[in-house]
Amino acid sequence: MTTITDPPKEQFRLSMLLNDTRYRSLTFQFIALLLLIAAFAYLGSNLITNLRAAGLNISYGFLGEPAGYDINQRPIEYTSQSTHLRASIVGIINTLIVAFLACVTATIFGVIAGVLRLSKNWIVRKLMAIYVEAFRNVPVLIWILIIFFIMTAALPSARVYLGEDPERDLFLGLFAFTNRGIVMPLPVFQPLGWAVLGVFIASVFGVIAYRRYATKLLYDTGKLLPMGWPSLAILILPTIIAFYLLGQPITLDRPDPLANRFNLQGGVTILGSLIALWFALAIYTGAFIAENVRAGIQAISKGQTEAAASLGMRPGRIMNLVILPQALRVIIPPLISNYLNITKNSSLAIAVGYMDVTGTLGGITLNQTGRAIETVLLLMLFYLLISLGISAVMNVYNKSIRLKER
Amino acid sequence: MKKSVFLGALTVAGLAAGAAAAGTMDDVKARGTLNCGVTTGLVGFAAPDSNGEWNGFDVAVCRAVAAAVLGDASAVEFVPTTGKTRFTALASGEIDMLARNTTWTFSRDVDLKFEFVGVNYYDGQGFMIPKELGVSSAKELDGATVCIQTGTTTELNLADFFRSNNISYEPVPIETNAEAQQQYLAGACDVYTTDASGLAATRATFENPGDHVLLPEIISKEPLGPLVRHGDNEWGDVVRWTLNALISAEELGVTSTNIDEMAAGTDNPEINRLLGTEGTLGEMLGLDAEWAMRAIKTNGNYGEIFAKNIGEDTPIGLARGLNAQWTDGGLLYSPPFR
Ligand SMILES: N[C@@H](CCC(=O)N[C@@H](CS)C(=O)NCC(=O)O)C(=O)O
Repeated sequence: MTTITDPPKEQFRLSMLLNDTRYRSLTFQFIALLLLIAAFAYLGSNLITNLRAAGLNISYGFLGEPAGYDINQRPIEYTSQSTHLRASIVGIINTLIVAFLACVTATIFGVIAGVLRLSKNWIVRKLMAIYVEAFRNVPVLIWILIIFFIMTAALPSARVYLGEDPERDLFLGLFAFTNRGIVMPLPVFQPLGWAVLGVFIASVFGVIAYRRYATKLLYDTGKLLPMGWPSLAILILPTIIAFYLLGQPITLDRPDPLANRFNLQGGVTILGSLIALWFALAIYTGAFIAENVRAGIQAISKGQTEAAASLGMRPGRIMNLVILPQALRVIIPPLISNYLNITKNSSLAIAVGYMDVTGTLGGITLNQTGRAIETVLLLMLFYLLISLGISAVMNVYNKSIRLKER
Repeated sequence: MKKSVFLGALTVAGLAAGAAAAGTMDDVKARGTLNCGVTTGLVGFAAPDSNGEWNGFDVAVCRAVAAAVLGDASAVEFVPTTGKTRFTALASGEIDMLARNTTWTFSRDVDLKFEFVGVNYYDGQGFMIPKELGVSSAKELDGATVCIQTGTTTELNLADFFRSNNISYEPVPIETNAEAQQQYLAGACDVYTTDASGLAATRATFENPGDHVLLPEIISKEPLGPLVRHGDNEWGDVVRWTLNALISAEELGVTSTNIDEMAAGTDNPEINRLLGTEGTLGEMLGLDAEWAMRAIKTNGNYGEIFAKNIGEDTPIGLARGLNAQWTDGGLLYSPPFR
């Protein structure tokens, strides 16, 4: 569109728009664009006229009304008296939670499976091939349902953990696995507890600094400092010391089997629906990522491996230091679309009753208010923004690892 | 799925200019079948039997309308809808009428722009819970996990009930009754809440119905009835008066067995008007004189339909209660056929 306004250097005549091959395609594209806009304008005005005729009008006022329904996973404060807007935000956060968890897990699964698919071991190679083919070729909705139903059927009801003399004891006194979800202890921070957390974060930076120093020393002087155990020591020792010095200011809120006759109270519950959705998205998309990883690795010429081997590198190091960093350039672009797929597929949440944004805004809110067009437009906007956001971030990363031509 | 709802809404609103607004009766007659929205399966109310034939209390209303309008009670296309999809299906014109345990509320009538033609079952929301939990009142449900069908009045009532009693609960939102039943029986929720009639119908399909109790609290009013789109009054009238014909027939003692006899003429003028031997009521509706007779003949009058599908002699075992005729102390009261 904008290119058409570029003034040509030579004398420009109107007939050139049609006769000159340099402009002709632009002219046609411009006409097509106008037609497209006209078509959409026609549909849009028709929509508005018909909505008006049916007595419906587009209005977002309902977002300020009380939602009236409850949500089972509330990352932020929410009651049935909160507004539809807040219910949507709860849904958005829930979408982001499951998308994030699934992206991370899928990447781990994918990289492991992709690398192992090229293993020299026949059994490992075949097992990974089976994983990829089985999961890639069955719709993700089916996986979500299978995992959810297996969880519901295989795990006991919450009641077996309850009472003075429960049928089952908490695992390690801390965890309960029920068909409603997994109950875990939650750390509670007293004021000094935050100081301990601060020490821990400082230690993480400490580890990074140490490793930088060790690498630099290696490059500068050829002296090899041990990496493994000092990193570990820097990471945990100061935190443990701080924890005890400050009088154990972080406690655990454990699941309590006695407080209620229906459910364990206290701690934090990871809902079965979240687990099913997260896991299904992760293994399903992991299978696609595995193929990308394999393709990426195979794209690196064999000479690289042979060259590294002739320098005396061990196979593990060849993979980590030579092959994977180069393969990343091939892997990242399709990885972006896998992440987008996870985020969009997370809208299947409603199949297992996970309250993501499609479940709150696009589900109950839509249904209770009857504002179908408004809510679906909002949903589309949300998924669009999220997808563009993920693409932007990943593109920045892609640029940073691209072959640097000097 | 959301996209299809949206595109559906767009196409309907954007292209089919005004098609949904009027002339439903002509559409039905031209098509030769009635598209009737029902549940995805709730035994006693609407469920396909082993031959794939739909049967039930709500189904009977669809069939009666088809008999009245098309002269053929089997000319019905049953469209299963969930609590969430039912209103889109009706608003978009995919179905001509909805008979799916649907509660008549202000906002559905006024804001969603539907027309409830009457009430075929006066209900209220109840709770079902395994007997072994030893709970005797809904007020003892603090901390319980509750299965609910989304897109229903149920989920709003539930939130209100727990909030006003200052107790907490965890909702498990579920799309269909079948899934809710499965989750409840697996113990993934402690309590299942929906319309009391629906609970009775669900419990009747359990292996051991006796292991589950309905709690005494009924926390809402749920007048369930058939509905059509706003703005097509002729069609609304047909559905309304077909329902009223079934109710009046019971009040007047017209049954599927004696109807042929009565159609020969009786000394009760209202029966005669109902069955078309006197007056021109059918013509006023845009139908023939025997419309109501066919509707009643299909499955009998309201009382017969009730007794056959959900009454005390069925596994569901619902008493007439509020759904008795006004002459028997119930709320059923059809306006006169005059
Ligand atoms: N009356 C309520 C609830 C209706 C409802 O969903 N009822 C359930 C149980 S009584 C049902 O019909 N389920 C059948 C299905 O899942 O298709 C409403 O209109 O919102």
